[in-house]
Amino acid sequence: MAGEGRRGAPAAEPRRRLKNLVPPGPVRATAAVCEAASCLSAGAGEVHAGLVDGVGVRGLTDVAVKRVGCLGLCAAGPLVAVLETDRLHRGVSGADLTAVLDDLATADAASGMAEPDPFFARQVRIVTENLGRIDPESIDDYVAAGGYTALERALTELDPAAVLAEVTASGLRGRGGAGYPTGLKWRTAVKAAGADRYVICNADEGDPGAFMDRSVLESDPHRVLEGMALAAYAVGARKGYVYCRAEYPLALSRLRTAIRQAQRAGWLGEDIAESRFSFTVEVRVGAGAFVCGEETALIASIEGGRGTPKPRPPYPGMSGLRGAPTVINNVETLAAVPAIIRNGGAWYASTGTATSKGTKVFALAGRVRNTGLIEVPMGTTLREIVYGIGGGVVDDRPLKAVQTGGPSGGCLPASHLDMPVDYESLVEAGSIMGSGGLIVLDDRACMVDVARFYMEFCREESCGKCIPCRVGTTQASTLLTAITSGSATPRHLADLERLGEMMGAMSLCGLGQTAPNPVFSTLRYFRDEYRAHIEDRTCPAGVCAMAGTSSHPAVAGP
Amino acid sequence: MSVHTFTLDGQPVAGAAGETILEVATEQGVSIPTLCHLDGLSSVGACRLCVVEVAGRPRPQPACITPVEEGMEVVTRSEELDEWRATVVEMLFVERNHICSICVANGDCELQDLAVDLGVDHFELPAMSPRLEIDSSHRLFAIDHNRCVLCTRCVRVCDEIEGAHTWDVMGRGIDARVVSDLGTPWGASPTCTSCGKCVQVCPTGALFEKGRAVGEGAKERRPFLPYLRRHGAGTR
Amino acid sequence: MTRRRLATVWLDGCSGCHMSFLDLDERLLELAEHAELVYSPLVDVKEYPAGVDVCLVEGAVSTTDDLGRIRSVRARTRTLVSFGDCAVTANVPSLRNPVGAAPLLQRAYVDNVDRDAGVPVEVVPPLLDRSLPVHRVVPVEVFLPGCPPPADLIHETLLRLLGVEAGVPPERPPRFG
Repeated sequence: MAGEGRRGAPAAEPRRRLKNLVPPGPVRATAAVCEAASCLSAGAGEVHAGLVDGVGVRGLTDVAVKRVGCLGLCAAGPLVAVLETDRLHRGVSGADLTAVLDDLATADAASGMAEPDPFFARQVRIVTENLGRIDPESIDDYVAAGGYTALERALTELDPAAVLAEVTASGLRGRGGAGYPTGLKWRTAVKAAGADRYVICNADEGDPGAFMDRSVLESDPHRVLEGMALAAYAVGARKGYVYCRAEYPLALSRLRTAIRQAQRAGWLGEDIAESRFSFTVEVRVGAGAFVCGEETALIASIEGGRGTPKPRPPYPGMSGLRGAPTVINNVETLAAVPAIIRNGGAWYASTGTATSKGTKVFALAGRVRNTGLIEVPMGTTLREIVYGIGGGVVDDRPLKAVQTGGPSGGCLPASHLDMPVDYESLVEAGSIMGSGGLIVLDDRACMVDVARFYMEFCREESCGKCIPCRVGTTQASTLLTAITSGSATPRHLADLERLGEMMGAMSLCGLGQTAPNPVFSTLRYFRDEYRAHIEDRTCPAGVCAMAGTSSHPAVAGP
Repeated sequence: MSVHTFTLDGQPVAGAAGETILEVATEQGVSIPTLCHLDGLSSVGACRLCVVEVAGRPRPQPACITPVEEGMEVVTRSEELDEWRATVVEMLFVERNHICSICVANGDCELQDLAVDLGVDHFELPAMSPRLEIDSSHRLFAIDHNRCVLCTRCVRVCDEIEGAHTWDVMGRGIDARVVSDLGTPWGASPTCTSCGKCVQVCPTGALFEKGRAVGEGAKERRPFLPYLRRHGAGTR
Repeated sequence: MTRRRLATVWLDGCSGCHMSFLDLDERLLELAEHAELVYSPLVDVKEYPAGVDVCLVEGAVSTTDDLGRIRSVRARTRTLVSFGDCAVTANVPSLRNPVGAAPLLQRAYVDNVDRDAGVPVEVVPPLLDRSLPVHRVVPVEVFLPGCPPPADLIHETLLRLLGVEAGVPPERPPRFG
């Protein structure tokens, strides 16, 4: 069990187990306490315990208290929702639960639904439909919400080709960032020769500011397992792996619980649902290398080797884990599959744009009021996301840019707010969809400093196998640091662009190939800021210290 | 075995299925620069020097590892490829402290030769001048990290040919280092058989025999495998 | 025919490149027909003159003195040649770069000294923190690597730069080391 075990588990692992309160009779009102990582760190544990006590003290014998996954509005945690009325209590303090308890004392299904916050009203939830509604540690909750019906239907009514056809018809594309058609990926694995096949769930989410996959795993782990089982059925795999980073202890713990429950309930293991389909899932824990999110590096890591990428082709679909055809999909991609099989590919394809179907989960972060997890149809505008759902920029400051796609992506200026968010539009604008991190930057952000941050991130995370990435990210970081410290000449900028082009073309894997993207996109839209740093030795946003008087000679251009 | 026909720099050529672009090019007398590649060892496509343009692919492909395909259009030289390959060589030089004039491999170094072949006569990138160690704890050999290009030939020959797997890579990014036995000093390595294959395949003066002075490192390229005789590398 | 104005400069190097220049032997006489050596460690001129056509610069830029000299040379020269590995890459002088100037001087003149310890400050110019290739400090037109560049190569390069009909192509291409 290489990769399993306690290694890498942070000391602060929140494993004080909180019992749900389930009344013996019919339930009038349910307090759903968000116990995903963000709310837990804000004190959701105390809230849960306090509510259980408070309900008892008040003698509310028809009130339930249960843990749920991410309620989405992370900015306002700890969050408690009353499920029967959809009323959301924000910033709940374990020390004073009066308002929640008062609500619970009277709320029932007949008292009418609360006016939904625009944060929720404007979302379309497919992947996140169960988030904040079911207990992520209860398979019964998942089944009660329609869980595993897609797998059961597939195993009893559909042959593998029909499952593949539905996924192909759905137009689903890889949610890890590159947007490769999922149906085509699966079909490649079906057509490739091999005795064994594997399904891998890539949960090595590593972009700064991204927490979609973590939230889904912490909130609805069975959904990911069901998606994996469906993929395995479609391509003929008997074995699956979830590769999840060690920095996600809660996700890992809930995932392991879900695997145990699913095995016991017969949704994983031999002859699932009395069919001849067998599928098991093993968890592998990453050791903190960003590059292991790259599929060939991830596979090398599962194989027990050093997590470094290999040139593609061959793609994993043809020759992946142990040389066998391997389907490797991101958490969100797999989590969309049960809904697609349950409702049909055409249903899924009816949402979204011509080339980008369905919905996308975003982690809203940065200088936006409602930081949190959202799901919107493909093609939703940035304005709708930032202002409609996100509630606008903190302190109503002017928006300067929206960063998407993490270290592989770019910064889109305010002039692009009305751009629809889909794979093609984002690429055309110089960024990428990425895995779904969306960081809002206001007028106090220095775009050169943002580019420097991402380049340093790539330098730290480069595996060192190929020279363009290993040396390119290091040299580019030095150049960017010279610019942000006020010691650069115009030659630094020319060198930076030349290096960026070389790295983009020559690097072995996506990490190095896309590492210059934040530089290119900020140069495209904010070249003036670079000029100000270099020619006027000032940082317009006032972020950079600009302390450099004379340049370090070794980096000074002639 | 099926055969693929394709074009190499506009010339029609044929290659067996499974052959790489580099193999067919070498057979055709078309020279493509290489560094991490060595006949007889597995290919890793890491040094990026052998990249060629393949029509329809968004970026250059490493010839050492890309199999030939029917109808492929391969271009081995272009202004852009020349420039990028030269930049790779430049990056290798500035990354560590390659000071040819006082190197044991001066005059018998593949990095030095690549600079000549690719017209690299100075470096636009600033030298990074890291402070690196030399491990001379082994009785016969030494490793000078100042001159290592991380081609991993030593790692592969030790694993794939000698079967000892003494060498591997530690750390990541710019801090990556070739290490013996998880960082044990080479001289204390319980797995090293002192066969010297790593020294013989090292393209630079990073791995060398003790007792050799500047320019005396010319490697004997002992034909410990048929591939060295076949390609005449033993006679350089 | 007017002779071109040729100069050579010696910064932080071992003078081996100049020795290789002298290895032109009788070809120096031929060269003298085309060029006048207006400044060089080999001739007794104290001040670098203006209007130099070609200058061979040997050595890295290692001190504040080197820095001032190369800047004034650059200002008075049309074609600047980085002459040899020390000028092109900083070569042997750059061996100290991973350490830095202050720790280096401390070790050499204080830690390892029994008497009169102290970093010399009189007569000798202060070291830059790093030894630099010439083109890190001023623009350079021609790079002539080698430690030293062979005489044949120097001959061929000089004839070309002086606009004289091609000399004998060098046996060995320019190479580091």
